[in-house]
Amino acid sequence: MTSTLEIRDLHVSIEGKEILKGVNLRVSQGEIHAIMGPNGSGKSTLANTLMGHPRYKIDSGDILVNGESIVSLSPNQRAKKGLFLAFQYPLEIPGVPLSQFLRTAYRAVKGDGQQKPEAKGVGAEMISAVAFKKKLQEKLKEVEMDESFASRYLNEGFSGGEKKRAEILQMAVLKPVIAIMDETDSGLDIDAVRKVAEVTGTMVGPEMGVLMITHYQRILQYLKPQFVHVMVDGRIVRSGGPELAQELEQKGYEWLERDIVAAR
Amino acid sequence: MATAQVIDIDYSKYNFRSSDTDYQYKFPQGLSREIVEQISMIKKEPDWMRQFRLRAYDHFMKRPLPTWGGDLSKLGFDDMVYYASPTEKKSRSWDDVPSYIKETFEKLGIPEAERKFLGGVGAQYESEVVYHNLREDLAKKGVIFVDTDTALREYPEIVKKHFGTVIPPEDNKFAALNSAVWSGGSFIYVPEGVHVDVPLQAYFRINVQNMGQFERTLIIAEKNSRVHYIEGCTAPIYSTDSLHSAVVEIIAKPGAYVRYTTIQNWSNDVYNLVTKRAYAYANATVEWVDGNIGSKLTMKYPSVYLLGSGAKAEILSIAFAGKNQHQDAGGKVVHLAPHTTSRITSKSVSKDGGRTTYRGLLHVAKGAKGVKSSVRCDALLLDEYSRTDTYPYNEINEDDATTTHEATVGKIGEDQLFYLMSRGLSEQEALNMIVMGFLEPFTKELPMEYAIELNRLIQLEMAGSVG
Repeated sequence: MTSTLEIRDLHVSIEGKEILKGVNLRVSQGEIHAIMGPNGSGKSTLANTLMGHPRYKIDSGDILVNGESIVSLSPNQRAKKGLFLAFQYPLEIPGVPLSQFLRTAYRAVKGDGQQKPEAKGVGAEMISAVAFKKKLQEKLKEVEMDESFASRYLNEGFSGGEKKRAEILQMAVLKPVIAIMDETDSGLDIDAVRKVAEVTGTMVGPEMGVLMITHYQRILQYLKPQFVHVMVDGRIVRSGGPELAQELEQKGYEWLERDIVAAR
Repeated sequence: MATAQVIDIDYSKYNFRSSDTDYQYKFPQGLSREIVEQISMIKKEPDWMRQFRLRAYDHFMKRPLPTWGGDLSKLGFDDMVYYASPTEKKSRSWDDVPSYIKETFEKLGIPEAERKFLGGVGAQYESEVVYHNLREDLAKKGVIFVDTDTALREYPEIVKKHFGTVIPPEDNKFAALNSAVWSGGSFIYVPEGVHVDVPLQAYFRINVQNMGQFERTLIIAEKNSRVHYIEGCTAPIYSTDSLHSAVVEIIAKPGAYVRYTTIQNWSNDVYNLVTKRAYAYANATVEWVDGNIGSKLTMKYPSVYLLGSGAKAEILSIAFAGKNQHQDAGGKVVHLAPHTTSRITSKSVSKDGGRTTYRGLLHVAKGAKGVKSSVRCDALLLDEYSRTDTYPYNEINEDDATTTHEATVGKIGEDQLFYLMSRGLSEQEALNMIVMGFLEPFTKELPMEYAIELNRLIQLEMAGSVG
């Protein structure tokens, strides 16, 4: 059965100000959707709301995974349902090694919630650490990050590009069902962009769908979306295939905005 | 339980010096000169120690209570018993140990035998065997590791030479009290050039009968020697004594290295008022690794006096204050020689209305040129009821001293929590992870087993399921 993320007429506000004004979208495993739009259109708000950020208030509408509403679920519960958000600005967590963090996340997302290795004593913790370390090293290689990153504190002192790569690393380890990528390509050089696209591309398939939020169509050259949506002022105003992205690149958002105004 | 005889003391006779050691003395509450005399007599101490105790007692009585720190107004000096002889100490029934303590042992995965020991039940315990073997290895190298009472008896010259030289009784009221009624504690002597590879641990050498309110520890590291001593453990120590007032003196002779690790987790009704100080001579290094989790009020400022060129001090302190707790901690470094370096790192966490205070002193004396010092104190407040204060005192008397001071106070950011929760961690797990990350500079200095136990303990504290 293919998993689907559905967004139904979603209205979201923050601190009393309405940002999303009725968003509709369906993303399934195996699909790549791109969302583009000018600054302030609500792209990041959408991404954060999908994952359950407490500051964003859903005024009306629904978010469903496989037909089940998730709006009352906390972010960790949504992660367990298979959602993943690659942050636009990943947070630094001082003092927590990347490997330890990822191992905990992996157990949280993949586990049945009953594993309590502490109860088994020191030995059990150490063994699972070793096994996980090997898996992590493989993934680090895949995203072309040096193995020393495993022991570095999560995002602390990482360059912007390294933080973005670390997000993809986490995605590769946690293997979500639907990955929401919030401007993962911004701030990356061309090689990094290609790498991110490549890794994501290998993961997309029957097991993973992608909702890629991007400002530039550059990454879409390497990770071809089936669907491109354009968000303006809190709504998806146009949807199309990959050629829509190219049209936007050439004509800019103003072209669309004129079109929308004309259509009203 | 054996019957205790109450003896009417007639000090003018002093004839119980030669009397039977089977006498059991039940000490009344309160402190007096007579009681101090009696303690010394029971222990059969040399006259100089008896005089030392009496001098300390006199000072204790006239010294006022400090008012600059935590709230000491409810300390009932007259209600306490200041000495319990080893044979007289009650052995408790396991049933009497509070259930929250028993549950903590369970959650921390502490082995059966240790639980009884920590709960104050049962005297013998398998670490005694470990201790005996260790003692033999150490004896071959000339290392002495015994309790302080034994040291006074078996190595009186070494003890006399150093005892009270780092912390005289007049230092503060609680040092005076300890100096008057001290009993137990560790004595470590490391000969020149000897490296002790294994950390020496307090619970190896003590059993419940020696564990005391007024421990006195003395560590002497001769030139170029190395030793690491670990005091305490993460499991809560259940104590009916309301006041614990220890004194720790460390003498690190030129080129020596001494690290002293403490994880204090006294039960939440205990006042823990401790004086810890080290003298570091030329090119010596002293490191205090100080963890404060338990007690109702802790006042403790491990100090290092840098007395010779090239000496180094490192003080790494964490404090965790939960409901009704006040951790008043920090450190002091006194640079009395040139080209000395020091670093103080303090991390404190408060929750549920707990209060943490950082109190630190950095003193650079005139003539102490080329000093480098850095202080970093970070506080984390987990809710709006909790409190943290910082009182740094800097007295820098040389222009070329390089000193840095960084202090942060923060709470856990909503975005940080969201980030971790988006990876599947529950809010509690996310909070724990952030707090453990915050304390990481401390935990990474602990031996592995301690670090793991400390992790679990902090998690329990975070969940509010302890005490």
